Amino acid sequence: MLLQEKYPEEIKGILARFPHKKSAVLPLMHLAQEAYGFTSREAMQEVAHILDLDPTHVLSLAGFYTLYYEEPVGKFVLEVCNDLACALRGADKFVEMASRKLDIPVDGTTNDGLFTLKTVMCLAACDRAPMLQCNLKFEEHLDEAKFDALISRLRAAAAAEKPEPSIVEQISAFAR
Amino acid sequence: MRMAHILLRHRDIENIHKLDVYRANGGYDALKKVLTEHQPGEVIDMVKASGLRGRGGAGFPTGLKWSFIPKAPGEKYVVVNSDESEMGTFKDRELLEKNPHQVIEGALIAAYAIGARQVYNYMRGEFMGIGQHFEEALQECYEAGILGDNILGTDFSCRMYGYYGAGAYICGEETALLSSLQGDLGQPWSKPPFPAIEGLYKKPTVVNNTETLANVPPIILNGADWYKSIGTEQSPGPKIVCLSGHVNNPGNYEVEMGLTFQELVYGENYGGGIPGGKKFKALLPSGGSGPVVVADALKAPITYEGLTPYGSTVGSASVVVMDETVDMVWAALKMVHFFKHESCGKCTPCREGTFWMEQLLHRIYDGHGTEKDLEVLKSVATQIKGKTLCALGEFAINPVLSTIRHFFDEYKAKVSGAGQKVAKATAVPTPTD
Repeated sequence: MLLQEKYPEEIKGILARFPHKKSAVLPLMHLAQEAYGFTSREAMQEVAHILDLDPTHVLSLAGFYTLYYEEPVGKFVLEVCNDLACALRGADKFVEMASRKLDIPVDGTTNDGLFTLKTVMCLAACDRAPMLQCNLKFEEHLDEAKFDALISRLRAAAAAEKPEPSIVEQISAFAR
Repeated sequence: MRMAHILLRHRDIENIHKLDVYRANGGYDALKKVLTEHQPGEVIDMVKASGLRGRGGAGFPTGLKWSFIPKAPGEKYVVVNSDESEMGTFKDRELLEKNPHQVIEGALIAAYAIGARQVYNYMRGEFMGIGQHFEEALQECYEAGILGDNILGTDFSCRMYGYYGAGAYICGEETALLSSLQGDLGQPWSKPPFPAIEGLYKKPTVVNNTETLANVPPIILNGADWYKSIGTEQSPGPKIVCLSGHVNNPGNYEVEMGLTFQELVYGENYGGGIPGGKKFKALLPSGGSGPVVVADALKAPITYEGLTPYGSTVGSASVVVMDETVDMVWAALKMVHFFKHESCGKCTPCREGTFWMEQLLHRIYDGHGTEKDLEVLKSVATQIKGKTLCALGEFAINPVLSTIRHFFDEYKAKVSGAGQKVAKATAVPTPTD
């Protein structure tokens, strides 16, 4: 019951927004992923339990929507857009560079568990390519030097055990 | 001297995302005006008279959409469509981040006009960071009595919430969006029932794009005639154009409808031309979903009707420019990969068709394709057409058929084995999942 232990007020606030509690399922899944690290079976069962839903339904949503990770991911998920508009501005080369520097393939996670690299569809930042989102935070106008700086900053934050503020937590807090 | 922005007002007025600044510059005057001076039906008539058309891509007349909502009392909803996931589109994001109160005010006027007491703004999950600006604006409104009970001291009460999806292009389709908001898979339903009759929770619902709603407060304040004096007869008003790809100055531009693509791409106040002095090859006027056009279309105006002679459409005005170095088979493959990834899987022709189109394009791009593959590719695309519940299937065939139409020699060269790459590809396509 990690989700309810960690976010009791947020859950209450989210439920209060809808006349039908099933609508709270995506917001609670975002929070559950935050609490459990990914959309594990246990996490989805807890969401289903809170909302009186069939766990199969919640698991089907986890499979459908791309922001839910069905497998464990690194502490920092780097999602690079390499759709056409970004690719015209060098996004594919950027992905190759990131993959080489982190020494992982796309969809891979570094051995220290810090970074997962993914490619994603358009993130509505085509004019600022190459770009990526790191745990939902947009990093734009990137090049190799800025990527190096980002990785160093994230490594330092992880070493100091000072995680960047979670965007999911921040947005869920508005519901309180 | 360009005219002041009507939508991207934050570019003229610093800190307009703050309630006090927004109000000091006429913000919420339009809301006050409708609440104190006009019946809901009059508000619908004003928006109808302005000729405002939906800015999400379909261009449906907004006032007419509102008028479909039954007048009988009962639960009704306004849903703001901020799913913005079309490749090349990034306008709603700027509004939500920098000028959120104008969207909120437009949505509240819509709610008053149709008799809704609840508004949800459905943003794509990736907008959670940007959504914080919107949420802060909502909070300011609740504290100032602009949201909640008895808004601005009137009888009108309405609540508004941000909602975040979880990564699915299809949720930009209004029935898929409503399914998602109800806690289901984001899949479209067969219309009828139309959302105006049975929408969210089976109640009458208006779904409007973010930019559409941002047009409403200035229409109310300045009148329909003022609005119609901007743009063209068929396409009145300002439009935010998202410009990306091979241009010197990518970004959002608020333009008067009727500006030509030529001016947009080359004008010094806009795109500023193509980097490195390279030649123009093609552009996508509506992201990945509209047919590609070539140089002859540059003289066309940016209006809902302007690209009809060129076999394309302006959609949400997401203009992606490609220079002479771009391999058009590669570009088609990129776009089809997108649609294959984003197909919700409900309709077989779209689910299977996008899969096979990607396979075929891969083979052709890699230099292993045959003449027969090219025929099959066209045949698959043609067979998706008209056989899907929503427009995603229709969109997915556009990159294929339009690149074959304009750049057949590039396909030919690849399938004949004559030239592996017509031009040097700027990148390597993503492997299929």
